[in-house]
Amino acid sequence: MNQIYLDHSATTKLKKEVLDTILPFLTEQYGNPSTIYTLGREAKKAIDSAREQVAKAINAQPNEIYFTSSGTESDNWAIKGVAYANKQKGKHIITSNIEHHAVLHTCEFLEKEGLEITYVPVDNEGILDLEQLKKAIRPDTILISVMLANNEIGTIQPIREISQLAKEHGIYLHTDAVQAIGSIPVDVNDLGVDLLSLSGHKIYGPKGVGVLYVKTGTKISPFIHGGGQERGKRAGTENVANIVGIGKAIELATQDIQAYSTHLQELRDMTIEEILKTIPHSRLNGHREKRLPGNVNISFEYIEGESILLMLDSKGVCASSGSACTSGSLDPSHVLLAIGLPHEIAHGSLRLTFGEENTKDDVKYLLEVLPPIIERLRAMSPLYNQK
Amino acid sequence: MEEYSNKVMDHFMNPRNVGEIENADGVGTVGNPVCGDIMKMYLKIENNTIKDAKFKTFGCGAAVATSSMATELIIGKTLEEALDITNSTVAEALDGLPPVKMHCSNLAQQAVKAAIDDYKKKNEKTE
Repeated sequence: MNQIYLDHSATTKLKKEVLDTILPFLTEQYGNPSTIYTLGREAKKAIDSAREQVAKAINAQPNEIYFTSSGTESDNWAIKGVAYANKQKGKHIITSNIEHHAVLHTCEFLEKEGLEITYVPVDNEGILDLEQLKKAIRPDTILISVMLANNEIGTIQPIREISQLAKEHGIYLHTDAVQAIGSIPVDVNDLGVDLLSLSGHKIYGPKGVGVLYVKTGTKISPFIHGGGQERGKRAGTENVANIVGIGKAIELATQDIQAYSTHLQELRDMTIEEILKTIPHSRLNGHREKRLPGNVNISFEYIEGESILLMLDSKGVCASSGSACTSGSLDPSHVLLAIGLPHEIAHGSLRLTFGEENTKDDVKYLLEVLPPIIERLRAMSPLYNQK
Repeated sequence: MEEYSNKVMDHFMNPRNVGEIENADGVGTVGNPVCGDIMKMYLKIENNTIKDAKFKTFGCGAAVATSSMATELIIGKTLEEALDITNSTVAEALDGLPPVKMHCSNLAQQAVKAAIDDYKKKNEKTE
């Protein structure tokens, strides 16, 4: 049985070209970038060139790019770092109620430390309410953190508009662009952000590496204390191989974004249209247009998400769900609840995220195997009245 | 994620005794849609013995598998024997469940109990 991978928002397969770039730095090119001899200087040079690749991809300056261990670390650093460095100015942070846990749980941690957080709601389509954001701004607000695109329902947030508000009030703006990068254009100047998080493994790069963009002049505390790596802000001997990997990956992911995005969008639109047409009691979660080109998130009433995933897996299809059973808690996805879904419908959600290697044949196969699975689970469900 | 045992997967992919029993002697529903688990158990009871059991479940793989296993365990048993079945009996019969899924085995045991209670209540009235 063939495997059809429809979970690119979870992670992606490392590209061969990226692997080839990484391998020498796991073998012969093992030098420590902080050393003086040729072997070390070459490692340093490789990091510098990766920094340039990342900077170029998001229209930043190389000295505004910091390498981290993950998108999660970047989010943690951006929020804690700004909170700690700007204590004098204020203790209020604004974020949205659909952020990734890397942002939400960091904010909850800071709340325990005495900071005040406002969680601005989204509308039923999963787009941040700008009016509510405006109202949330206080004289002591130091940071707004809103994701560029949501990881579950793919909705794209009005970062440019938020940036205008932030600038008017002299508030720093951070955006988690982990899901957006490679799928839609990400330009830090155009977006008007001060901080931006990225991850390697969502763009066919390695796991265990991320980036935090910090605009020149932004007041931020160091995140890891130790040696002088990353200009004294993020200590620890650099993960040279993975840094080289994310550099190459982001270069490849942003060089022909239009063609890639069109490819994804074709698959997405075909999937959404066919599922909604052929499977009754199904609904699309998140705005129909203002969403990532490769994101499909659909709820099926009367059934539970993990069961759908297990049955899809038995047909070779990898997907994900916002059900409680797949989150390890008793509550379904906070994102699906935030857009107003009742618990029982949130439990029955299916997320499909397309990528480079997917074809229309994959979609056709999915559309063959999915309807009988939904039907079978509904026949088993006490909530479903067959008539 | 933690893996399900082969037995759980077998009972999930090929659940035994799915469906409803018309004019069942006892019906019990437990769980609620908010938590993402509902089990409805139907029993056919003759001479204090469970002659047939069927279920309908809204829930995850473990919820379906425990429902299926519970019906297998109780068919042919007396009501007392069926009530002696604990959640760990159900879980053990499935070669174990991941820790986060243990509540599903509680639910299966509670569904059996609810259906037997329903039967007893109905019988009190007719006697």
